[in-house]
Amino acid sequence: MAAGNEVSSTYYIQHHLQNLTFGKHPENGWSLAHSAEEAREMGFWAIHLDTMGWSIAMGLLFIWIFRKAGKAATTGVPSGLQNAVEMVVEFIENLTRATFHGRNPVIAPLALTLFVWILLMNTLKIIPVDYGPELFKRLGVEYMKIVPTTDPNATLGMALGVFCLIIYYSIKVKGAGGFAKELSLTPFNHWALIPFNLVLEVIGLLVKPLGLGLRLFGNMFAGEVIFILIALLPFWAIWLLDVPWAIFHILVVTLQAFIFTTLSVVYLSAAHEHH
Amino acid sequence: MNINMTLIGQTIAFAIFVWFCIKYVWPPISNALHERQKKIADGLDAASRATRDLELAQERAEQTLRESKEQASQILEQANKRSAQMIEEAREQARAEGERLMASARSEIEQEVNRAKDELRAQVSHLAILGAERVLEASVDEKAHRKLLDELAAEL
Repeated sequence: MAAGNEVSSTYYIQHHLQNLTFGKHPENGWSLAHSAEEAREMGFWAIHLDTMGWSIAMGLLFIWIFRKAGKAATTGVPSGLQNAVEMVVEFIENLTRATFHGRNPVIAPLALTLFVWILLMNTLKIIPVDYGPELFKRLGVEYMKIVPTTDPNATLGMALGVFCLIIYYSIKVKGAGGFAKELSLTPFNHWALIPFNLVLEVIGLLVKPLGLGLRLFGNMFAGEVIFILIALLPFWAIWLLDVPWAIFHILVVTLQAFIFTTLSVVYLSAAHEHH
Repeated sequence: MNINMTLIGQTIAFAIFVWFCIKYVWPPISNALHERQKKIADGLDAASRATRDLELAQERAEQTLRESKEQASQILEQANKRSAQMIEEAREQARAEGERLMASARSEIEQEVNRAKDELRAQVSHLAILGAERVLEASVDEKAHRKLLDELAAEL
């Protein structure tokens, strides 16, 4: 979409970066937001329908494919879908075995879910940036941002899930007292330094999910913005930049999914370890 | 780009997907993988064992063949020896039988000759007496000349 003047290109960028928000507006009540301002005014009590819809769709796609392969799984010679699925499962199994020391039947499936789900959500980005918003605009839906991982709510939401598990396993493995001791007596094992330790450790703990979520969001969002900017070029020049960027993004998409998964496993592994 | 309930929604979705994966997705695939791994390992094991067995069987077969060949040649040799022996025995028997038959025939002939001689002698003596009686016409005391006549007959 080539933009003639500055206003329309600003509008174009803003439009493509706006989520379809449903929430409680102070004036309009429960409704869809018709502008970025309205969405902002809704505050916390709003939900991004596009983010939720597409992420759940991708999650269901993951579940469907892998459940299908799992049901058909034989110990004989694998073929087609089963082969592909087994490759992913084996990859995740090796990853968890390498980074997670200890026994926990939750970790490997968790890593598999994270990896495949994030990979699928990221992959939506390869779809040209105009398809989602334009198509849904024609259908009467004002905003449609189809890549859930460019929404910080999605990435931080998953990171929050991982964070809850970190807390849960820390307490389960070390006990509430053990966990508290770890927070207050490391890295300096002296009673006078307890407040200092506490601040340091709590920040360290909180940085984990924040970093996890923001890293994925930042990479995906930045990539999305570049795609949108490229789309502002004259239509015959778009492919010159768009194709290399998309090819590069095949790497980014996989790498970010991998990093999120690996770091989650590493954090959970640390949660299981005594200091 | 506002932080809102989507965060919570995403966390809930995440939890549900992870739960589903733990419960229904991971176990069958992982089990199939491990079982196949075990099956392949077993198969390789069996293959190497079979190769070893085959080698042993070949060795044994060769040995058996060698032994049976040896035995066959032994049996053949024995049979040859035995047949030669049997032929020799038969020849010997035949010769002995022939000799025996010849001897018995010879002795029978001798007997016959002797009997004929005896008979002839008796008749000759009788004839001689008869002839003498006739010649002499006189009554010759048979008793007195008996001894003489017998001697005469024996000389025939």
